[in-house]
Amino acid sequence: MMMLTLYWAFFQVGLFAFGGGLAALPLIREQVVVIHPWLDMAAFTDLVTIAEMTPGPIALNAATFVGNRVGGVAGAVVATLGCITPSLIIVLILARLYSVWRDKAAFAGVLSGLRPAAVALIASAGMSIAILALFGEAGAISLQAMDLVSLMCFGAALFLLRKFKTSPILIIFGAGIAGAAIKLAFNIP
Amino acid sequence: MTAKPLRLSTLFLSVLKISAFTFGGGYVIVPLMRKRFSEDLQWVKEEEMLDMIAIAQSAPGPIAVNTSIILGYRLLGIKGALASVLGTAIPPLLVLTLISMFYEAFRANRWIAALLGAMRAGVAAVIVDVVWTMAANITKKRKATPIILMIAAFIAVFIFKVNIILVLLFCGFLGFLDAMRSSLKEAKP
Repeated sequence: MMMLTLYWAFFQVGLFAFGGGLAALPLIREQVVVIHPWLDMAAFTDLVTIAEMTPGPIALNAATFVGNRVGGVAGAVVATLGCITPSLIIVLILARLYSVWRDKAAFAGVLSGLRPAAVALIASAGMSIAILALFGEAGAISLQAMDLVSLMCFGAALFLLRKFKTSPILIIFGAGIAGAAIKLAFNIP
Repeated sequence: MTAKPLRLSTLFLSVLKISAFTFGGGYVIVPLMRKRFSEDLQWVKEEEMLDMIAIAQSAPGPIAVNTSIILGYRLLGIKGALASVLGTAIPPLLVLTLISMFYEAFRANRWIAALLGAMRAGVAAVIVDVVWTMAANITKKRKATPIILMIAAFIAVFIFKVNIILVLLFCGFLGFLDAMRSSLKEAKP
């Protein structure tokens, strides 16, 4: 019964979280703090921190974390499945429509409007991450708040990507290791 | 360069690897997927990749999950979609299960905090690089409508925080009107 409740709670998170990423957070909070007594607010805040600094979508990270607390490893699997079921159903329907209608003029028109929007959305998310990386959590954009080590890592990473098409995974880890080594070696906060 | 043979195992392992390194939320998966599936394997065209991202955006649920479902379905049907969504879900499941066990130690470690902070700079560079390439693909066609849409959508989302679904609906509708207008022009003698 517990497993069913867990599945249904994360099914709703998957079903109503439009826009991805942080958009899922209020829904997760509603399910795991307000409706069900699975986490208190402090544990929820920790969950967000962990979800942000580990790989994978935030909703799946949250599902695993909460599932583990409620029902061990089986709970983690059940919550994850609940979270991906709505996507599986809805996206497969859309994918089917796409492969049937792609060449119809009206549908092609809709797609030609969506393509620039997709680029804009990625750019907007990129800006938010860049601001976080270069100016820190406080979000104050000023020269004093600028993290020079991160700026150097960012510049070097962008240069390598544009000039040599270096693998993104190598770039992310390279930037992490180089930045952390510089900061700890010179004791920069 | 020729396209690599289409295999279920290659799809699964590629998605698994990408999911294991998508720090910083759903948008980071987009550049990694584009690089792997359009550039390295050449299984999908750049333009199709953008269509899939737009469709993944318009459905609820994590972007990374949605993109991997639609990509898997487009390449190898239902079994492709299932392999691809499993590949996406497994890494967060493993990582978060481990972390929820060693949560306190993980949070307090200074090295890990510095590493994760500096990795964000790398993530930001990866996104800037991919936006640069995608925006160049749109501007080089020298059509006014997509370029205006791209800039307007960015301003709406990043500065005015307009709901993403509204932006996508609006852009899709404008693209539809544009297509109808040009087909009407052709129909007239």
